[in-house]
Amino acid sequence: MTNSKMNVEHPRSRPWNDPKVRTLAFQTIAIAAVFWFGWALFQNTLNNMESRGISTGFGFLDQSAGFGIIMSLIPYDATMSYGRTFWVGLLNTLLVSAMGVVTATVLGFIIGVARLSSNWVVSKLALVYVETIRNIPLLLQIFFWYFAVLRSLPSPRMSVDMGGLVFLNNRGLYLPDPIAEPGFGWVTAAAVIAITATVVMQRWAKKRQLKTGQLFPSFRVGLAVVVGLPLLAYLATGGPVSWEIPALQGFNFGGGITIIPELAALWVALSLYTASFIAEIVRSGILSVSHGQTEAAGALGLRSGLTLRLVVIPQAMRVIIPPLTSQYLNLVKNSSLATAIGYPDLVAVFMGTTLNQTGQAVEVVAITMAVYLTISLVISFFMNIYNRAVALQER
Amino acid sequence: MKKRTSLAAITALTGAMLASNAMAATTLESVKEKGHVQCGVTSGLPGFSQPDEKGSWTGIDVDTCRAVAAAVFGSGQSAEFTPLTAKERFTALQSGEIDVLTRNTTWTLTRDTSLGLNFTGVNYYDGQGFLVNKKLGVDMASQLDGATVCIQAGTTTELNLADYFRTKGMKFNPIVFDTSEQTVQGFAAGRCDMLTSDRSQLAALRSKLNDPSSAKILPETISKEPLGPVVRQGDDQWFNVVKWALFVQINAEELGITQANVDDMKKSDNPSIQRLLGTTGDMGEKLGLSADFGYNIIKQVGNYGEMYNRNVGPGTPLDLERGINALWTEGGIMYAPPVR
Amino acid sequence: MPRPSELPPIKEIGAIGWMRKHLFSSWYNTVLTLVSVYLIVTLIGPLLNWVVFEATFAGSSSSDCKGEGACWLFIGQRLNFFIYGFYPDALQWRVDVMFGLLAVAFAPQFMERFPARKYFGLFGMTGLPLIGYFLIPGGWFGLEEVQSSKWGGLMLTLILAYVGILAALPLGTVLALGRRSDMPVIRGICVVFIEVWRAVPLITVLFMASVMLPLFLPEGMNFEKLMRALIGIILWQSAYMAEVVRGGLQAIPKGQYEAASALGLGYWKKMGLIVLPQALTLVIPGIVNTFIALFKDTTLVLIIGLFDILGAVQSTITDPAWQNVAIEGYVFVAFCFWVFCFGMSRYSQNLERKLDTGHKT
Repeated sequence: MTNSKMNVEHPRSRPWNDPKVRTLAFQTIAIAAVFWFGWALFQNTLNNMESRGISTGFGFLDQSAGFGIIMSLIPYDATMSYGRTFWVGLLNTLLVSAMGVVTATVLGFIIGVARLSSNWVVSKLALVYVETIRNIPLLLQIFFWYFAVLRSLPSPRMSVDMGGLVFLNNRGLYLPDPIAEPGFGWVTAAAVIAITATVVMQRWAKKRQLKTGQLFPSFRVGLAVVVGLPLLAYLATGGPVSWEIPALQGFNFGGGITIIPELAALWVALSLYTASFIAEIVRSGILSVSHGQTEAAGALGLRSGLTLRLVVIPQAMRVIIPPLTSQYLNLVKNSSLATAIGYPDLVAVFMGTTLNQTGQAVEVVAITMAVYLTISLVISFFMNIYNRAVALQER
Repeated sequence: MKKRTSLAAITALTGAMLASNAMAATTLESVKEKGHVQCGVTSGLPGFSQPDEKGSWTGIDVDTCRAVAAAVFGSGQSAEFTPLTAKERFTALQSGEIDVLTRNTTWTLTRDTSLGLNFTGVNYYDGQGFLVNKKLGVDMASQLDGATVCIQAGTTTELNLADYFRTKGMKFNPIVFDTSEQTVQGFAAGRCDMLTSDRSQLAALRSKLNDPSSAKILPETISKEPLGPVVRQGDDQWFNVVKWALFVQINAEELGITQANVDDMKKSDNPSIQRLLGTTGDMGEKLGLSADFGYNIIKQVGNYGEMYNRNVGPGTPLDLERGINALWTEGGIMYAPPVR
Repeated sequence: MPRPSELPPIKEIGAIGWMRKHLFSSWYNTVLTLVSVYLIVTLIGPLLNWVVFEATFAGSSSSDCKGEGACWLFIGQRLNFFIYGFYPDALQWRVDVMFGLLAVAFAPQFMERFPARKYFGLFGMTGLPLIGYFLIPGGWFGLEEVQSSKWGGLMLTLILAYVGILAALPLGTVLALGRRSDMPVIRGICVVFIEVWRAVPLITVLFMASVMLPLFLPEGMNFEKLMRALIGIILWQSAYMAEVVRGGLQAIPKGQYEAASALGLGYWKKMGLIVLPQALTLVIPGIVNTFIALFKDTTLVLIIGLFDILGAVQSTITDPAWQNVAIEGYVFVAFCFWVFCFGMSRYSQNLERKLDTGHKT
């Protein structure tokens, strides 16, 4: 019973009843509507900006910024351009996000496993932690960590002195800064070689395990190589690193590496908050692995720690990865709350001060949104690759 | 059928997007029509605009707005307030969401010319200063090389600070907070060596410290910050109303008219007072207001001095001397053109 | 004569047995237990002291707070502002009515055996917002008008979250259907819309809504600030809602779609009568979870100068008449949020468990 036959026997179906025509028409209308809508927005914006005397364009990015920023991973001072403030803010956002992702993951896994611990006190503590932290707005928690911790630290002149190398006060944590001297290239090269070797070795070990079933202590050997080889190179070249020790200069410490309290507070708050969600994800992931797997592993004589590491977690990962990805994305987005405590992230510096000074709201916000979109696409992309790697290989 | 409704909705929405019905009438007419003046204020700045226990707004900026409401409606209560952040204040005015911006806003050339706005006058002459911890043993701003500074995110504050330190060849570490509460907390917690803001605010912020005597305000003023009401450009009638509401308050102080004696003053034979209170002349009519608009302002809000003393003057938590905000006849620079 | 079976050794039963099994099963468990107990004991004591024993509850001003503990007096004095914002005293009964109706609609949802609780929930989704629409702003039926700039505190937080989620639900459903549509253009538009909104932080969205929206609109057309914030929240939330609904759509077995088509139902009837009712019931826990997330996120509106409960507290702790009440204020807000969020998450977990058993094959 094909269409053509029907057409012969019956009066021609009206074009607006033909699904193909309807589909096409509907889509055309949708496209037209979207473009019309977009065009109207664009026109309105242009008209409004013109009538309010707001200039357009990205020329402002080259103008001198004229304001200071407390923390920058790249050289920056007030004479540099607004474009430079964008990079300063972006790098600060990426820094706190990366730090947060790592600690939140570690902490989340520990608490998630603790939730399932046979130890009653430990599992109840984990439960209380999760239920308290995730039901209180993050913004409040950031305020708490910033102001509560800041008040309990001493002033620069009364710093906590750790061996004359590390100092802690209410302006931050000061660490010695390593400065490379000639010959340091060898150490870098050794590190690169060690990491490559470890990756190759891990592949080989995995292949061998699949083939022969023999375990190779790849983690311990890898660790030894990654730490040992650069250390050897360092010693062989006669220690080509000098340390810049922080010292009290005037009101504050100078020299060395500084971890400012804003960064620390934001980091702690983001990690603790996200960890409470990751813990629940890990817990449900582990619970999703059928009990038979654990019993089978026990029957094979695996200790409970090994069972968790070799049998349960790898299978749980399949359930864990997709929601974990969205938690990472949330963490990156939540890092924009930095603006509330004065950590100079992208939103605080670029969408805050730079926007205030230039008044180029449309351009600045468009750039900011594009950056967040890119970050989240990149994270999704890598997590998808990883997800594919751990996904069940069904035959 | 559903499809048709959704299509209709889209069309209607897009139609609304494109429809550009021109601004209705003048601001004064639309204000009279809706029955109140809508003012943009800060979301909480002691002495300037802050909600009190009962949730009603108080402050010198609030009173400046109430004076406009009294001029138009005869009642200071006919003013409504929209709290605004520094970032959104100008758009709120441009878009017509508010009628007057009385939000602690500095009058600068750029703002007066490039935003489509007009400043109508100055209700407080301010300047940026420094608050430092006494323990540092600093007496002058020039000793602050290398200091960490807590700043409240504003628009002129950060630039003034950077300019000042650059011209002196000194270094500083800025920490920028969003609200004044966070700025004080940061300073109180010892995060910064000093705090910079408009001088009027430094006093209020210091009063928030556990031990206000542990901090002091340095003598230097590093910028000029004339603060005043702002209106949209292109509506001269409304511009005049807002401008003269403030001028009337200043003139009233000069003439000795107060909230308490305004009824008696109506019987005064001083022609200046008669013109200001509307017992003779047609001053109100010229502005498009009732003849007794001046009387209403003073009766409802008081003269400039009363407004100052009530909100920021000696005895209030801010405890600010009149200084340059005193009348020109008393050594200050508050001066208003005559009502005639 | 059969010997009575021996009782298990005392080490295995009762409190001791339980403790051996759950607290001291191995040396590291023992260490963990001891460390945890030590932590709990050292934390709880000072906390209780601050919250209860040394705290000030009664008095009239800042000077009455002398002890080392919390100054709850401050919260009591400003409670009205924290709940109603600038809403006029004489008209606060309107808000109270809404609070009451909210409780009537949703309290039964926590009681398993409550008769016809479904209809109470339905009322909460339809009648309640309708009544609120007339009652809160007023200006109808002789009710005095209250401008939205006077709304604040807990009431505003609830309005933002409730309206946000309610309006986002239909929009999100349409987007989810669009994302699963056969038409590539519709699918593309929906995917782009969803992914863009999901990628950007709420701060950016709120900022755009409060500062830039007036630039996008034709001259003369204008929304109030609260309305603008709501528009931003709804668009942002609808993208999240779309993903939740999509999960429900995917969970409906293919047979249901096919059976509906076999009956000759068109697309809208198939979706409206067969698929969506099942899918939406399935995702109620997901909807509650997004609501919790949104509820917490509404605190961000303080950054655009709206007085939600956190904003109201923040603006009053700068009052020079009170010293050092910041922590009390923050703890109060944290407690309010915790009560709401914890209650809702319990509800959604229960529901999830129930739906789960119903659908497991």
